Amino acid sequence: MSIEAAHPARDRLPPFERVVELYGPALLRYCAAQVGSERAEDCLQETLLAALRGYRRVREVGAIRSWLYSIAANKAVDLHRGHARAPQPVEDLAPLGASEEPAYRGDALWSKVRELPEKQRQAVTLRYLGDLSHSEIADVMETSQEAARRSVFEGLKRLRKEVSA
Amino acid sequence: MNDTRDSDLGPVERSLRKIERPDAGAWERVRRQLSERAGAEGLVDVSFERHDSPLGSILLGATDAGLVRVGLPAEGEDAVLGELAERVSPRVLAGSRDSVTRARRQLDEYFEGARRSFDVPLDWQLTRGFRREVLRATALIPYGRTASYREVATDAGRPGAFRAAGTALATNPLPIVVPCHRVLRSGGGVGDYRGGSQAKARLLSLEGAA
Repeated sequence: MSIEAAHPARDRLPPFERVVELYGPALLRYCAAQVGSERAEDCLQETLLAALRGYRRVREVGAIRSWLYSIAANKAVDLHRGHARAPQPVEDLAPLGASEEPAYRGDALWSKVRELPEKQRQAVTLRYLGDLSHSEIADVMETSQEAARRSVFEGLKRLRKEVSA
Repeated sequence: MNDTRDSDLGPVERSLRKIERPDAGAWERVRRQLSERAGAEGLVDVSFERHDSPLGSILLGATDAGLVRVGLPAEGEDAVLGELAERVSPRVLAGSRDSVTRARRQLDEYFEGARRSFDVPLDWQLTRGFRREVLRATALIPYGRTASYREVATDAGRPGAFRAAGTALATNPLPIVVPCHRVLRSGGGVGDYRGGSQAKARLLSLEGAA
């Protein structure tokens, strides 16, 4: 169910609680795909706190979802950077990528998604974990709808190749 | 909008949609920490908790000033949270606050017959003017006693305004704690109640007033 369906009064903001309940679980999966399951909770936590800080400035109820994903995408980047900077114990120094665990247990395909080039990874994750439309993906990635569609397409093409290889 | 929805779903797309859900524990941890951190940062204008009672699940909402809303089961949680978002602030989040913790303990005692009045800071912002005066007069009706609409209107300073008093009671944001269930129709019968007349009758019988 969309937030508009839950709250027909478009001009009034729904209680933040409803936003959390409605979008939180999918956002958690999205964060996991972006930063790995270990840091997914941090990512979501920071996302929701930032969203609550800015919530009263939201003007369009229909844009809440893509707004949340934009915040999550930024937080994921921050976490990547912070993680790269932080001193790491020796056993953590395994090569990135191939050895990283899948987003959630038992899903090898998602570890392949995480190896995709940045834009494709973003687009595929938003499309299939966030269930966003191409125009919403375009909003989050600050690009055109056409470019968003292309990134999803290219990402899928690559995954198909990987899977059949 | 959902342009490629089911038309061209291949095996890869299908498995992408089937990702395992994060365990429920992860979600619970996020929820709990969010409430704590948001509360500590002063980002929550209304905190609420659900409280099990003999009437069903009661929603208790509070601001920094105190308890602002007691939502009875018959009102529906969506309606109560929506009202809080619209009339107080959209920054409504599940979580505890001192006044809610106190109200929950006192409600338990009340329903066990061990408490006759509530001692919780109240935020009256959801009612104003004459309606607020009516509710303040209602708050003084002792446990186990009842009054008529005309009596509370008189106590609120407008003896003739018993219909307006009825409206005030029907829109009481703090039922049970502000005991509007103790106000009865003068012709007999329990009369209307925000939580349903059955709930009203039940509270009155608990207090030995019916």
